Amino acid sequence: MVKEYRTVGTISGPLMLIEGVKEIKYAELCEIELKNGETRKGQVLEVDADRALVQVFEGTRGIDIPGTKVKFKGKGIELSLSPEILGRMFNGMGEPIDNAPEILPEKRADINGEPLNPYARNYPNEFIQTGISAIDGLNTLVRGQKLPIFSGSGLPHNSLAAQIARQAKVLGKEEKFAVVFAAMGITYEEAEFFMNDFRNTGAISRTSMFINLANDPVIERIATPRVALTAAEYLAFELEMHTLVILTDMTNYCEALREISAARKEIPGRRGYPGYMYTDLASVYERAGRLKDKKGSITLIPILTMPEDDKTHPIPDLTGYITEGQILLGRGLYRKKVSPPIDVLPSLSRLKDKGIGQGKTREDHADLFNQLIACYSRGKEAEELSIVLGEAALSDMDKLYLKFSDKFEKRYISQGDYEDRAIETTLDLGWKLLSMFPKGELKRIRDEFLEKYYGKV
Amino acid sequence: MSGSKMYDVVRVSEKKLIGEIIELKGEIASIQVYEETGGIGPGEPVFPTYEPLSVELGPGLMGSIYDGVQRPLDDIMKQAGNSIARGISIPGLDREHKWKFKPIKKEGNKVGGGDIIGEVQETVLVTHKVMIPPNVSGKIMHMKEGEFTVTDVVCVVETEEGEREITLMQKWPVRKPRPCIDKLPPDIPMYTGQRVIDAFFPVAKGGSACVPGPFGSGKTVIQHQISKWADADIILFVGCGERGNEMTDVLLEFPELKDPKSGEPLMKRTLLVANTSNMPVAAREASVYTGITIAEYFRDMGYSVTLQADSTSRWAEAMREISGRLEEMPGEEGYPAYLGTRIAEFYERAGRVKCLGEPDREGFITVIGSVSPPGGDLADPVVQSTLRVVKVFWDLQDRLANARHFPAIDWLSSYSLYTDSLKKWVEENIGKEFQSNVKDAMAILEREAELQEIVRLVGVESLSSEEILLLEVARSIREDFLHQNAFHEIDTYTSTKKQEKMLSAILHLYSGGLSLLKSGKTVDEIVKLPIWERISRMKYIGEKKIEDIDKINKEIDKLMG
Ligand SMILES: Nc1ncnc2c1ncn2[C@@H]1O[C@H](COP(=O)(O)OP(=O)(O)OP(=O)(O)O)[C@@H](O)[C@H]1O
Ligand SMILES: [Mg+2]
Repeated sequence: MVKEYRTVGTISGPLMLIEGVKEIKYAELCEIELKNGETRKGQVLEVDADRALVQVFEGTRGIDIPGTKVKFKGKGIELSLSPEILGRMFNGMGEPIDNAPEILPEKRADINGEPLNPYARNYPNEFIQTGISAIDGLNTLVRGQKLPIFSGSGLPHNSLAAQIARQAKVLGKEEKFAVVFAAMGITYEEAEFFMNDFRNTGAISRTSMFINLANDPVIERIATPRVALTAAEYLAFELEMHTLVILTDMTNYCEALREISAARKEIPGRRGYPGYMYTDLASVYERAGRLKDKKGSITLIPILTMPEDDKTHPIPDLTGYITEGQILLGRGLYRKKVSPPIDVLPSLSRLKDKGIGQGKTREDHADLFNQLIACYSRGKEAEELSIVLGEAALSDMDKLYLKFSDKFEKRYISQGDYEDRAIETTLDLGWKLLSMFPKGELKRIRDEFLEKYYGKV
Repeated sequence: MSGSKMYDVVRVSEKKLIGEIIELKGEIASIQVYEETGGIGPGEPVFPTYEPLSVELGPGLMGSIYDGVQRPLDDIMKQAGNSIARGISIPGLDREHKWKFKPIKKEGNKVGGGDIIGEVQETVLVTHKVMIPPNVSGKIMHMKEGEFTVTDVVCVVETEEGEREITLMQKWPVRKPRPCIDKLPPDIPMYTGQRVIDAFFPVAKGGSACVPGPFGSGKTVIQHQISKWADADIILFVGCGERGNEMTDVLLEFPELKDPKSGEPLMKRTLLVANTSNMPVAAREASVYTGITIAEYFRDMGYSVTLQADSTSRWAEAMREISGRLEEMPGEEGYPAYLGTRIAEFYERAGRVKCLGEPDREGFITVIGSVSPPGGDLADPVVQSTLRVVKVFWDLQDRLANARHFPAIDWLSSYSLYTDSLKKWVEENIGKEFQSNVKDAMAILEREAELQEIVRLVGVESLSSEEILLLEVARSIREDFLHQNAFHEIDTYTSTKKQEKMLSAILHLYSGGLSLLKSGKTVDEIVKLPIWERISRMKYIGEKKIEDIDKINKEIDKLMG
């Protein structure tokens, strides 16, 4: 059921109003043919009696009112799926751009997916070892979690994400796994960094890449994470693979969202971002997870750069309200050459509590990280005080804490891009650092574990 | 759309999506559709039901998990698989299950609205009272006993308008509060096993509280802890526009957890309404009403109910989205001008009431709402509108959460306006000293804040020995009493008895320390005493062994000689 119209009414920003239409459905896909034969894609944002408002993915530049044809497809945006999507590269709409043949679809799926029933979910609790102490030890990642990296411009979020992709494994298990990588508005150089890394490690054959670069159509970015997650859902829940999804950079995605909202003359919310941005981001992030009756999983690592390093900016703020924690990179640590510069105090993995402990990591893990964080946090307080008043003003105990936090940053958090630490190494390192303190100071640790580990590793 | 009224439910298109009329202008009705509307276009049929959005109330509610418009998510999964397909229509209560009904009233009895006419043992923890619906009165003509489904007639009442059949189930429109005889002032505490709440900022049975805080500050953990440990008969958790996994967590964990009083699985007295962030926004708006109406129904039976709404901000945002679509004039931050009214109306449905009907009984609804303000900024209209109506404010601070001081409730800025009205009950049931000890501890914390200010400016040397001791005691109150790890098997719940003992031990140590100072010991010697470490491990003493805390007190006495 293809319907064709030449009745473009108005064009404004990325939006076009088509008049006199019949039986157009909300969210339907359409193809716009320009006078010169060029075609573009669009999607229905609103239908009102006989008028349809269409958002044009590639933008409206060069489109004029007479002479433009709009064909409605009678369905939303779909992605062609088959096991062949691995090892391939697509544009932000899911069309191949690697000069290899089209995907022969086993299945076509609407990119919006359907909301998962919370009753069908299985709670993520399988420990993923990333080999990075600041994550494994203190902000543990589990399968099916959505854990974003909050970064700032110029900070090494890409190397961190690549390191996670390279090193992540579930201990004691050989399972099928895949990577889905989606780029939104990043530079060619950044995308190339990931491609190289995947190529060097051989991961490329298990990776699907969806690339919308900085010079690609802005509006297409709205579709890109959805396209990528549709691929991930197929890999995870139909091919039963454990799928790691990296979305970068969500800040560019949100800016595209703002652009459309402005073009629709909607009442803007905070800093001009639309009021529904929370719901919109949730419809992306909530696609991560595990299901009771499927083997695979989707672990989601979105990357976003916080404008002006501000955690309360709407993009990190709304993301933090949806995701299950965040890994925050700190500029102060980066300047101190701590690598990766993970600021562990404002970082958090909310699902860690069920992914660690006996049978998963080690019995002492929970007490140990509580203690490490408590000590580090007191050390940072002492550091602040010493900046104002000089170290001499500190009590002996506070001086000890200060020394601890310094060592902790240099030896525990800092490790370099290619060091892959086993979880035991991470845990033992924690005990080694804590041995600086008298036993009585370690209040967050149970006696039995103090007995067993304190001063012994 | 003539014949239809505001807030009537309609079915949209051949897919039969559920919707509600939210605006009528002449012949034109605006419909808010509770499901995703992709693929729906102009010209589709709309089927009126001529009924407002209602919930089904009867046996079978306990242990359920519903979406925002009371569709059971487990049955949706059976019908539609892992995702929520559109247009599914499943009744809220199981139509097949037979319940054993024990009548209390007999033929010939006069009955009125709210009268309890019989009972069903719904779960091991909940005896379901079968009541005459609020608007019915007359004389019982027939009364049955035996096993019935929720739609079987168990009783017939002769009313002025003719015979009225009574089933185990009744329906009630969600946006209309269920009636009661009277509202009474709340004066009994609802204990939660969370020390900072029960001791410092308690909420009353029938009261309301608000927990605002930035992301990751611990709102959901507090709400879950209250759902697990609150001394209420019925627990309702409304997951409003939040994460799917958090609901899964409750679903998987509650059947495993035991109620501290009865030892039965918590799920037997719990009901979940889950309209997660990825589910349709309009149903999210309805979900808090679905929750509170079910709460009122159990309140009417004479139970104490607590409802946790996580997060009311998502509800408010749903209102904002819908209002935006209707092109209503926006108020602050784009929220509709009636935001404050809606929030007040919702919290007004909490309370301690004298229930309708016989026998005489009181029921309670305690409402605890999380608020998720943008950037954690308390100037947010949802926070401000909520603070105008609730009496308890637990102020969660990013700073505390980052230092992993949980619950991250700021002890200086939070408040409970119930402390005075609970005084009598607390003195009679916990002890004369409890509230005054809390006051003393609070004074120490306030003094600590002032001293810390001085330390920041001029360093510790400027403090006297008494002041240094006070700082140590304040640290102990914070770390050994207020700090509570929800994920530690013992620390997760503390009875009020243990709370009372813990706090008085810390204060006892303080007075002990002061007298040691007087007798010539240095403050350095005092803070190095091993007794501090014993104090810090009190929280890990099991409920069965709390007498061990008395031993600590004796030791302090010994130190003082
Ligand atoms: N009492 C507690 N004991 C131990 N850990 C806690 C406690 N409270 C909170 N936490 C930690 O803080 C994390 C975040 O808490 P929570 O999920 O309740 O935040 P939230 O305020 O609901 O955030 P959001 O607004 O994003 O939903 C938890 O995952 C847990 O790790
Ligand atoms: Mg929460």
